[in-house]
This record gives sequence, structure tokens and C-alpha cells, in this order.
Amino acid sequence: MTSLSDTGEFIAKKYEPKGPVVLDCQINNIYYGNFRAVRDSHVPIEKNKVTGFIGPSGCGKSTVLRSMNRMNDLIESFRFDGSIQYHSNDIYGKKVDPVVVRRYIGMVFQLPNPFSMSIYDNVAFGLRLNGFKGDEEEMVVQALKRAAIWDDVKDKLKNSGLSLSGGQQQRLCIARAIATEPDVLLMDEPCSALDPIATRQVEELMVELKEHYSVALVTHNMQQATRVADVTAFLGVDISQGGRTGYLVEMDDTQKIFEDPQQLLTQQYVRGEFS
Amino acid sequence: MSEITQQLPPVVEFPSLEKDSFDIRAIKNSTLTLMVWGIAIMASIPLFSVIFMLISEGGSRIDIEALTEIPPAGFETGGGFGNAIIGTFVMVGIASLISIPFGIMAALHLAILDPNSKLTTISRFLAKVLTGFPSILAGVFVYAVIVITTGTYSAWAGGVALAVLMLPTVTLAAEEAMRQVPQRMKDAAYGMGCTRTQVIMQVVLPTGLPGILTGVILAVAGAAGESAPLLFTALFSNYYMAELAEPTASLSILIYNFSGMPFDNQIELAWAASLVLVVLVLFFNILARVVGRSKFKE
Ligand SMILES: Nc1ncnc2c1ncn2[C@@H]1O[C@H](COP(=O)(O)OP(=O)(O)OP(=O)(O)O)[C@@H](O)[C@H]1O
Ligand SMILES: [Mg+2]
Repeated sequence: MTSLSDTGEFIAKKYEPKGPVVLDCQINNIYYGNFRAVRDSHVPIEKNKVTGFIGPSGCGKSTVLRSMNRMNDLIESFRFDGSIQYHSNDIYGKKVDPVVVRRYIGMVFQLPNPFSMSIYDNVAFGLRLNGFKGDEEEMVVQALKRAAIWDDVKDKLKNSGLSLSGGQQQRLCIARAIATEPDVLLMDEPCSALDPIATRQVEELMVELKEHYSVALVTHNMQQATRVADVTAFLGVDISQGGRTGYLVEMDDTQKIFEDPQQLLTQQYVRGEFS
Repeated sequence: MSEITQQLPPVVEFPSLEKDSFDIRAIKNSTLTLMVWGIAIMASIPLFSVIFMLISEGGSRIDIEALTEIPPAGFETGGGFGNAIIGTFVMVGIASLISIPFGIMAALHLAILDPNSKLTTISRFLAKVLTGFPSILAGVFVYAVIVITTGTYSAWAGGVALAVLMLPTVTLAAEEAMRQVPQRMKDAAYGMGCTRTQVIMQVVLPTGLPGILTGVILAVAGAAGESAPLLFTALFSNYYMAELAEPTASLSILIYNFSGMPFDNQIELAWAASLVLVVLVLFFNILARVVGRSKFKE
């Protein structure tokens, strides 16, 4: 069962992955300055699966996700204590270049953030960055189709990416992220600005993506987690030490988390008894 | 009598949605609108009268001869200010070549590389002070540094003096433009695996370009109209320039010289040169507005 750390803090039962693990995240502590944002969470991201992250606002879902491709290195006060194994390399290893890490571990952000360039150039950006030598146009069109935005933009590829609606922008960002075919795709509430139809399309995309890649998905939408996530991690907030530190409460197969959670907190959360 | 008092439904009166011109708010609104219009028109009277005067006084003298010939001496008739036009362009060109690269690099430092350090705060403050710097002091400064050491007035010196004036304007405008680039756009670029240099070259500069260009062009327009800094550095010349290391004519100094002369011909030429200068400055201002409109705005 669960155990307690030496300071008496709750530590979740270790999740035993059933398949190969692509990102083995062993988080001991994540700090922003003196603020301990996340503690003691072991969240392996399995290959060819969608791993969902749920939990109340501010529990550190984005923080955990942004640690997985070293995006948080851009925040000066950020400090990571732990290890994240990617193909038997610790991405926080001394010799590792975060720039290279981010080329393999792509990211879709919580808020859409297209570049101030044409729709086409937005998607081609990553290809050009990686010196892609092939049929660029074909890759761009394919990415747009897979991100379920092709029909919206096929007649205006030269228009600004910023001229699209919020939901279209988000799908454009998804197309941009998958165009370079990253090994792992981190998605931070990618559907929060989408209508139900676009949401379903993006969900289908995620299911399709996992055939070749691995996806880590943060979502506030329980149905979404049950629909697309194979494994779900529930993070809670620990206010016992005065701060608001996030920690892993339970991680298991999605079905188990939603139908037969082992922790009372998880039970209450997935039943919507607290938020 | 019946004990039941009949309950009438309350009378609902819908407010009228039509415009009531005698409502106190409507009256206040129209009076204020009128006043604002009146003041706006009054404020633009000087601008339009200057342009009108320039056209009526100088327009008749603008022809090929005026635009290409060298200035007349004394009682001569005809002549023009072709050398001054060239001189102005050359010196503004030198000033741009110096101030634009330095200004943009300084702006990069202020806006992106090190936005919160002490050095940056101080540099930004100094740049702001410099924008209000009396332009004649730039002339005196360059006179001391270049004219005295090289022993001659020159286009170089004039260009450097104008560059001193342009640099803070370019820097601050470019910094502002780069600051406007949203953090999440930069995050997106980092997230795709860009190095900092790539983020700057491929996202920050292209996105901020319209704003940067606007600042640059406005600085160019301002420099083209300057006379005080050139007085001590480029002086004037009655001939087309042969090299950069000799006294050089400029439109603004020609206007200054000729408008004080007791000869009608020179005074007419001064008007014509003023018109050319104003058209140039206006052109740059309009250009700045046009390029300021981003192709990829929301
Ligand atoms: N750049 C930062 N500097 C300091 N503290 C931060 C920073 N970013 C996040 N935090 C803090 O870390 C904690 C976790 O934030 P995070 O954004 O990871 O939450 P979240 O679970 O993604 O929430 P939401 O569901 O609302 O997106 C919060 O208390 C937040 O205030
Ligand atoms: Mg978040």
C-alpha cells in the first residue's frame, strides 16, 4: 500500500507500468524559488499510450508537464530535484542540452500560441528548424489534416496564423507540434478552448498519435480522461505544511482510477465531490 | 360587497429606446463633441498653413534646375540645391548605417538578453534622457571629437552627429517593439527546440519588425530635418561633394543660409528647398505608418 516519507508526508503507491516506459519521471521536489510546487511523484510515461494528468487547479500539473521537456528551465527560480529517464538518459543530466531535449519531446501549451506568420509557415517552422529534407508541403498538409484543421484553412494557408479563432489557433499549434513527429508529445489542456466537435477530433487525433508516439495529457475534463487516457495520474494539493504543494495521490489504469480508486481523495475528486 | 379585491396586473411601462435630443446627457455629449472637433481643427491650422505657405511660395521654383543645379552665388539668377539634396541623403545614410545596427543590438540587450539588470535600467534611463538631448549639443560634441581631431568639417562628422541623435530613438522604439512580442510566442519557439539565437532571429525580430521599422524611419525623418548638429560638423559647400572628408551641403543648412540673404533668388530657393525637405519628412512619416501595419496582425 502507500507509505509515508521520513517527514511523515503521504507518498502514493508506486505505479507498475505494464509496457515499456519512454519517460520515467521520478520527481522528488520541484521548487519555484522557496515555494515547493510539487513533491514526491513518480509518474512513468509509457510508450504508445496516453497518460492523463488530472487534479485541482494549482496542483502542479502544468509544472510537472513542463518539467518533462525542460521548458521550466526558462523560469529563473525553477529548481528540479529528481530524474527523468528518456531512453536511459537523464534529461536533467549535466551534459544534456535542453534545446535538443525539446526537439524530441514536443509540447502543446495551455493557451494557443501561433507565431506571427502565415498558417503554412507556422507548421513548416519546426521542419525548417530541424533541417527537414523532403516534401515540406506534403508534411505540412498532412499535419494540418491530422490536427483536424485542414478544412478550416485549406483555402487560406497564406493568411496569418493569428487571424484564426482561438480553437483554430490551438489546432494549428497541435499541427505545428506534430509536424516534426516528436517522440513524446506533452499536451497541456489542449482542448480548453475548443468546441465539442473540435475536441472530439483532437481526442481522436491523440488516440491515433499514440500508435507511433507517446502522449502526456493534462486535462480538467474527466470525460476526456476516460475517453483517451490509458493511464491516469491524479495529483492533489497538500496544504498540511502551510504551502500548497502538489503531489501524486494515485496513478493507475484509467478505468481503475475512475471506477475503483484506492484513495478517498481520488474517489471524491472523480465523483466531483470537491474540485 | 365582495371581499375579494381584484388584483390588477401591475402596469409595466417599457422605457423608450428612442434618442431624446433634449436629455441633459445628450446635450452634454453633443457640446463636448463640438468642442473637441473645434479644438482639433484649431490645432491643425498651423500645420496646414505652413504647408500651404510652402507650396505657394516654393512650389513655383521647383523644377529640374532647382533640384539638380548647384547654389547660385550673389546676384546670379537660376541655380538650385542638388548638392544639398545629395548631402542630406548621404549624411542621413551614414547616420542610419551607424545608428540602426547599434540601436537594434542595444534594444536586443535591453528587451531580451538582460531585461532586468541594473546596467539595463541605467542604459534605458540614459537613452530616454538622450532623446530629449538638445541637438546642438550633439553637434558640439562631434565637433570636438571629430572635426577638431581630423582638422576638417566633413560628411562623416555630420553623419556621426545625426547618428548620435538617432541612436536613442532607434533603440527605444526597437526595444518597445521587441517587448511587444508575447512571451507565449517565445515559449512556443523554445518548446520546438529553438536556441536563444534562433528565437531572436526567427521569432522576436520578424514579429517586432514592423515596430522596429517604424522607429527607424521616424528617426530618419527627424535626422533629415536637423540643422543644428550639421552647423558644427558638415558646415556647407557650394559644390557637389567629391569625397566624404570635406564640408558638405545639406538642405537644412541651405535653408538657414539662403533665407537670411538679401537676394530674392536665394530666398525663393530657400522656400523651394523647405518644400522639398517637408515633403521628404512627410514621406518618411507616411512610410513609417505603412510599414507599421503588420502583415500578420490578429
Ligand atoms: N513561474 C512560476 N513562478 C512561481 N510559481 C509558479 C510559477 N508557475 C506556477 N507556479 C505555482 O506553482 C503551482 C502549480 O502551478 P501549475 O501551473 O503547475 O498548476 P496547474 O495544476 O497546471 O493548474 P491549472 O489547472 O490551473 O492549470 C501554483 O501554485 C502556481 O502558483
Ligand atoms: Mg496548468
